[in-house]
Amino acid sequence: MSLSPSSQMGFSGRPRVGLFVTCLVDLIRPRIGFAALALLEQAGCDVVVPEAQTCCGQPAFNSGASDHARALAKNLIKAFELFDYIVVPSGSCAGMIKLHYKELFKSEPAWRDRAIALAGRTYELLSFLTDVRSYTPAGVSLKAVATYHDSCSGLRELGIEKQPRQLLSNVQGLSLKPLAGHDVCCGFGGTFCVKYPSISNAIVEEKARDIESTGAELLLGGDLGCLMNMAGKLHRNGSKVRAYHAAEVIAGMADGPALGEETSF
Amino acid sequence: MTALETDFKPFKTRVEDALANRTLKVAIERTTGTARLKRAAAVSTWPNFAGARDLGRRIKDHVTSNLDHYLIEFERNAIASGAKVHWASTAEEACEIVVDICKAANAKSVTRSKSMLGEEIGLPLALEKAGITRVETDLAEHIVQLAGDKPSHIIWPALHRTREEVAELFRKHHHTPQNSDEIPAMVRSARRQLREAFLRADVGISGANFLIADSGAVCTVTNEGNAELTTTIPRVHIVTAGIEKLVPSLRHAMVLLRLLVRSATGADFTQYTTFHCGPKRPGDADGPEEFHIVLVDNGRTHMLGGDLNDMLRCLRCGACMNHCVVYRQIGGHAYGGTYPGPMGSVLTPELDGLAGSRDLVHACTLNGNCQQVCPVDIPLPTLLRGWREKSWNEGLEPRSVRRALWFWAFAARHPFLYRMATAVAVRVLRLFGEAGWVRSMPMAKGWTSHRDFPKPASRTFMEQYRAAQRRARK
Repeated sequence: MSLSPSSQMGFSGRPRVGLFVTCLVDLIRPRIGFAALALLEQAGCDVVVPEAQTCCGQPAFNSGASDHARALAKNLIKAFELFDYIVVPSGSCAGMIKLHYKELFKSEPAWRDRAIALAGRTYELLSFLTDVRSYTPAGVSLKAVATYHDSCSGLRELGIEKQPRQLLSNVQGLSLKPLAGHDVCCGFGGTFCVKYPSISNAIVEEKARDIESTGAELLLGGDLGCLMNMAGKLHRNGSKVRAYHAAEVIAGMADGPALGEETSF
Repeated sequence: MTALETDFKPFKTRVEDALANRTLKVAIERTTGTARLKRAAAVSTWPNFAGARDLGRRIKDHVTSNLDHYLIEFERNAIASGAKVHWASTAEEACEIVVDICKAANAKSVTRSKSMLGEEIGLPLALEKAGITRVETDLAEHIVQLAGDKPSHIIWPALHRTREEVAELFRKHHHTPQNSDEIPAMVRSARRQLREAFLRADVGISGANFLIADSGAVCTVTNEGNAELTTTIPRVHIVTAGIEKLVPSLRHAMVLLRLLVRSATGADFTQYTTFHCGPKRPGDADGPEEFHIVLVDNGRTHMLGGDLNDMLRCLRCGACMNHCVVYRQIGGHAYGGTYPGPMGSVLTPELDGLAGSRDLVHACTLNGNCQQVCPVDIPLPTLLRGWREKSWNEGLEPRSVRRALWFWAFAARHPFLYRMATAVAVRVLRLFGEAGWVRSMPMAKGWTSHRDFPKPASRTFMEQYRAAQRRARK
């Protein structure tokens, strides 16, 4: 099923991966981007972070502003279409590119074709590491009890559920406690959480209770937006639970500050 | 407070009222929580649920794309069975037809078995205006009627009422007051009350879960047997049904029945699954003398072949709302339309207009759980997004939202400008933060009124990445 232009493989035979860090990681938590970069390199990829990347356009798409979404989608397609793979540390943004770009270009066949070609080479980070690169973390340890929340887009649009758990099971000393309602939305929903704050709050309040009742010290997930929502609620409630993107843990970077802990990096 | 009072408040006020009502939350969770568990169990023990779901989807799509054919076949067979078939293109027409039949039958009192289509076309109000006594015979609808409410769920119309509230209503309204809060005693009281109405009614009105084209029969499913008493005892039986309820034959109905019941309650089958075909024949022990079927369009042909075509597959099982994180917090009345939850948010703009219901299409996290549990795979998130696009294109979105999105999209189209803007943004954001978190920030109350916002790193990823690249080159 090689959709990748073989000329891109280079002499090394290592796939050329374009890393799309996502706008939230770029703005709020660069550590996740560096964790992704390190993991992809360990998994035998040549990684490039194209400078022309901004946002996948999902906020515009979900707001009904298809013209804006199309403009941003074109931007992203142009920035990434020459890579063997485009990898994203977010199921939600990966789902946008993989499933929704082609819907956006229903009436622009040329762009639709380019969107479909790109979609075939687009992967969420954790599933790319396991499914495409058969990557297993080695020599990573973290003595902690954690719980995992499955973000909805990754889970339902891309079928990501086993992959993060498989990767995390190779982290020495880490034990994962099951989270009741691990597959239930946390109430983030992109702009939803600020458009309907009180509904969003009622939802995340329940999620925070479920997280607390696992007794875990760490909350892990694969999407920064959802993590910010849950960690922000936990912190407001005075909880001691700390949150990391699963990639940070797998890359051995969870000895650093958790989400919302003072950091300059 | 009843649903009728909440109708005129704006969506956000209705939401606040609902969220402040802790009893409501408990009531919703009791019913939908059980429904979710039972459905999950039913689906997990169904060897080829995915196959059945796909078949169900294809049956409904087949009917939708051949609606004219099956409507005519149904009408022909229904007439042959002795039924009278009426066609109503609007809600008003449908109500008029029903009221006229009632008047022609000189009806003083009618019994109704639960029908969401009846609610959709406003039949309760139409009967009231015509001076006809209406008795709801479904236990939950009976509660709703006593309370002067509207249904808050399409399967459990009274799920917003706790047992204690129901006991209070029964004490107030039932002939033979009973003073027990025990469910069996309350059911007995309702049965005594309703039995009289069943025997007294001149006309019985029911809905339809399926219209069987090759026999002209109408299928209803209930768990209380009230539909059977509604449709067999009175002189006249009227069915009101949406035209999308058609299936080619009994075989097709069986596929959909299994999907419908397991998705709705998790049971294998309902207590009563009845096929009504024509009026009483010579020699029949019971049955109505007249059997009328009112086929209602009310916007359905407008959906046909358009963006909402997939919605015509809906079986009205309620699984989407049972699994919706928003419904579970705000309940059915906050939605304001006849149908709540995800399917309601898709249908209400079509039935009542987008301008008055644009909040419904936005008050959704697009998490996709509704589509996942939908027995006929309706892409509810996609349909909601379609409404959002329409709302955007028709200029119904607030100017502040349009402006914010425009600026953001403009910057994001220009990477250089975007890099500068984001570099400034993180530095400004950091000014509001202390000890890692932003607790309050102007223009971000939506977030910070309920949660803290993680203070960003001092430089964006792209700044740090570029600096690292430069160092590496040196």
